[in-house]
Amino acid sequence: MRDVAIVSFAQLPSVKAIDATDEAELVQPVTSDAMKQLGLSQDDIGFTCSGSTDYLPGRPFSFVAAVDGLKAWPPIRESHVEMDGAFALYEAWVRLMHGDIDTAMVFSFGKSSLGPVPDILNLQNDPYYVQPLGLDSISAAALQAQAMIDAGKATERDFAEVVARNRKNAVDNPNAQIKGDFSVDQMLEEPYISSPLRKSFCPPLSDSAAAIVLAAGDRARELVKRPAWIRGIDHRTEPHALGQRDLTTSPSSTLAAEKAGLVQGRVDVAELHAPFAHQEIILREAMGLGDEVRINPSGGALAANSLMTAGLIRFGEAAGRILSGDAGRALAHASNGVCLQHNLVAILEGE
Amino acid sequence: MAEPCAVIGIGQTKHRESRRDLSIPGLVRDAALRALQDADMTWKDIDSIVIGTAPDMFEGVMMPELWLSDALGAAGKPIFRVHTAGSVGGSTAVVAAHLIQGGVHEKVLTLAFEKQSESNAMWALSPAIPFQPQLVAGAGGYFAPLMRSYIRRADAHPDTGCMVAVKDRQHGLLNPNAHLHLDQTLEQVKASPMLWDPIRYSETCPSSDGAVAMVLVSEKHAGRVKNPAWVKGTSVRTERTFFAGRDQVNPAAGQLCAKDVYDEAGIRNPLKEIDCAEVYVPFSWFEPMWLENLGFAEQGEGWKMTMEGKTKIGGEMPWNMSGGVMCTNPIGASGMLRFAEAARQVRGTAERHQVDGAKVALGHAYGGGSQFFAMWIVSSER
Amino acid sequence: MSEILSAPYVLEYTYTRSTGPVVGRFLESLRYEVLEGVKTADGRVLCPPLEYDEDGEPTTDEFVQLRPSGTVKSWSWVPEPRKGHPFDRPFAWALVQIDGADNAMVHAVDAGKAKRMHTGMRVRLRWADEKQGTIRDIACFEPIASYMPSPVHLEYDVNPGKHYSAYLRGLQEGKLIGGRDPEAGKVYVPPRGADPMTGNPTNEYVEVADVGVLTTFAIIRIPFEGQKLKPPYCFGAIVLDGADSPIYHLISGVPHDEIRMGMRVKAKWKPREQWETSLENILYFEPTGEPDAPFDSYKEHL
Repeated sequence: MRDVAIVSFAQLPSVKAIDATDEAELVQPVTSDAMKQLGLSQDDIGFTCSGSTDYLPGRPFSFVAAVDGLKAWPPIRESHVEMDGAFALYEAWVRLMHGDIDTAMVFSFGKSSLGPVPDILNLQNDPYYVQPLGLDSISAAALQAQAMIDAGKATERDFAEVVARNRKNAVDNPNAQIKGDFSVDQMLEEPYISSPLRKSFCPPLSDSAAAIVLAAGDRARELVKRPAWIRGIDHRTEPHALGQRDLTTSPSSTLAAEKAGLVQGRVDVAELHAPFAHQEIILREAMGLGDEVRINPSGGALAANSLMTAGLIRFGEAAGRILSGDAGRALAHASNGVCLQHNLVAILEGE
Repeated sequence: MAEPCAVIGIGQTKHRESRRDLSIPGLVRDAALRALQDADMTWKDIDSIVIGTAPDMFEGVMMPELWLSDALGAAGKPIFRVHTAGSVGGSTAVVAAHLIQGGVHEKVLTLAFEKQSESNAMWALSPAIPFQPQLVAGAGGYFAPLMRSYIRRADAHPDTGCMVAVKDRQHGLLNPNAHLHLDQTLEQVKASPMLWDPIRYSETCPSSDGAVAMVLVSEKHAGRVKNPAWVKGTSVRTERTFFAGRDQVNPAAGQLCAKDVYDEAGIRNPLKEIDCAEVYVPFSWFEPMWLENLGFAEQGEGWKMTMEGKTKIGGEMPWNMSGGVMCTNPIGASGMLRFAEAARQVRGTAERHQVDGAKVALGHAYGGGSQFFAMWIVSSER
Repeated sequence: MSEILSAPYVLEYTYTRSTGPVVGRFLESLRYEVLEGVKTADGRVLCPPLEYDEDGEPTTDEFVQLRPSGTVKSWSWVPEPRKGHPFDRPFAWALVQIDGADNAMVHAVDAGKAKRMHTGMRVRLRWADEKQGTIRDIACFEPIASYMPSPVHLEYDVNPGKHYSAYLRGLQEGKLIGGRDPEAGKVYVPPRGADPMTGNPTNEYVEVADVGVLTTFAIIRIPFEGQKLKPPYCFGAIVLDGADSPIYHLISGVPHDEIRMGMRVKAKWKPREQWETSLENILYFEPTGEPDAPFDSYKEHL
């Protein structure tokens, strides 16, 4: 298997709404930025892959318009997944294993401002038994959070502390949407949206786009000084029905982390795609990430959460720490589905 | 540097306008189980699953691979969902092949499906988006002008399209899994009503419920069966929907995609070195257009091959022995059906629609505004 | 600068879903108000039934009828429901494990109040009046109380004794009447049968003033069953001028943090035309504004 590294990362600041921009206008700036950082153009890219969902703008084939943000002439080798961009990164990594090309670019985009995201996500639910009830994503996450409290694994104060820490970290992140020193006590006074979740325990909804360039072997070394090598990457899923899972654990994350080569939680930094505060607690336990690991220095999904892009941004932020020399070993995580049903984990390392 | 990859199991449902007897999990399970049985494997043997389906709006379930994980025994395994519009069935198989060729997994189940009877494909394809006039009336409305262009450019015999329809449906009669089993004469096809001039009702693909699955393995496991189909080349290419000077009748992306896969498989003369092909022809005139686009005929000559009967089983270059998209079209699955039927040919398991002695076959899929292409070449020889 | 163009866009469609043999049978049974589960190959029961269990094994075609009740495994209270939720008033989501089943079902619980929800509580199924062949034929679940309600209702005809009647008649005329044992001299308001110190009847009626000293008081903050007033409120013991025992009434017309022991207070009466035989003719006692009574003067009443 070839060594593949993340060599550049670009993102649009996550904001509540990027008005008057269509798919191509979101994609063009981040892809050209990610390539420009390396002095590359589309002609140098061997394979391009994107992640997005039709349901965000409510239009079938919406990803096709994104291709208009690229220089797709001569015709490019290109693919698309109806998943977070982090999974597009996985497809690109697999493609590079083939050995015939040395660079790939992945991107994702999503405007959460266009439609009712929590209700859109109800469409991920079993169409017979759950969709007709209208179980939105916040309510589903709330059932998981309550299970954490019932099991004695966390309290609401713990949730608030996770939020405070993430949004404080975000102060140093110009691309984050919610940042600042928020009071735990004040959060605990907020009314419930869906108990035990109060507004602050939930992620913001953001518009954004992001792009990453991958390169293999010596090509990566030519392009940057400190490539963020993907030492291992794996993803696993769990049964779908909420009533058949132990919502307080994440066995798919444990398994994916193990397959990706995480040994006893030993990384310097971890970027976890946990849109809800209680999910960060679940993921840390599942992957054995103790107090010595810096969690979400970017502020994570509680500070910026563009659907379909938040996972890819975790990869970009984790890689960024290695590219800058700030960390030696990092974990990047992305999640797909209701209440962390499906999880992707990668271990990144400097040389 | 790529590891060899073999197809050792193929399964598909009986495609129909509406499979009311099966839920969506039942539909994918049916195809997957048949593929596993064909490979003499069980669910436990599979390392990873790659699934493809067209817009979620066709079934109204977002990211259906999440809900279908139980039906596919996916708990504890990686499951991946590809969506590249109409070519999705093909690009899904390509991603699955890459998992083997890249040495990431050894036994991959790949599957594509569509259950169009649960909704309405026309509705899902033409939503009333604000600020855009609703001009297109389904896919046929989009492609009809291109065909008119081709007919003019090639000075083609006007019966060519109808000949394709007759031939594909004759082939379909030999395929028990095909949706349409229509025994039609040329006169009957010519007499059917014009839907989008020059496309007649009988020259149009149906809307079907169906699923198809394949088991792909590394060399180590290919010996499980006597007749693996070896993947000799894969390719995908994309171009933009609109740009100045774009030729949609003979798209550059299609030509380049074909060149890539021929190069990888070591093919210089497709007409001579490929024994048969399963090509994505949803409307009759795409056969002559793709014959030229894929290098089987010179520019402007594709229609002659059709008129001369060369693309029939028994002809010089059989195309769509299964009946093709003209007989069966569960949109998300159609691309993979082409890839799977090509593999069946070189494995010798195509039963009544088998081309005698087929050793090398091409599978082809396209989607969008003729802009996404995916292809593979399979061979009985490693 | 041009305005940003924006327009609403509705995506809607009613899908017609094939349910298959397992889900189809379950939904059909709901029409007859029969709740069923399906057996898995390893003998567990799933409700709602699925075609494949979490290991990907097909379930059997053996169905079992289940009691329409279960236990809440997790829940979430929704104070402000979204469009598309099962209720437009506050309700709870829950994972309900039906009695006899091994998995849990997502549904709603119409509990009325958030505090009625807790993990482990028992709930019963409520059927929809009109059946449509979907999961919504189960309208929701509702709490099963762990106690059995036992109402008691007895109708009496009460009449107070002679002295108390005199007290009430006095109130009807705007007077506060006390009773006294002429020998002992202490005035009790309201009048009692006998002076507690001497045992003699308190036959002599004395009118006392409607003004007096607030000796002690309490500020009530907690709500309780049957309570008529909304907390917080203050009630206290008032020794009226001329009386030797306190009456109890509300103190109002003054911020709670200014109420003091020893404060001089006066009755605030309802309008005359509303008077009945009741202490409620006095709405409350309020401060007179006079200086407080010295502690020694009322300390024996504490």
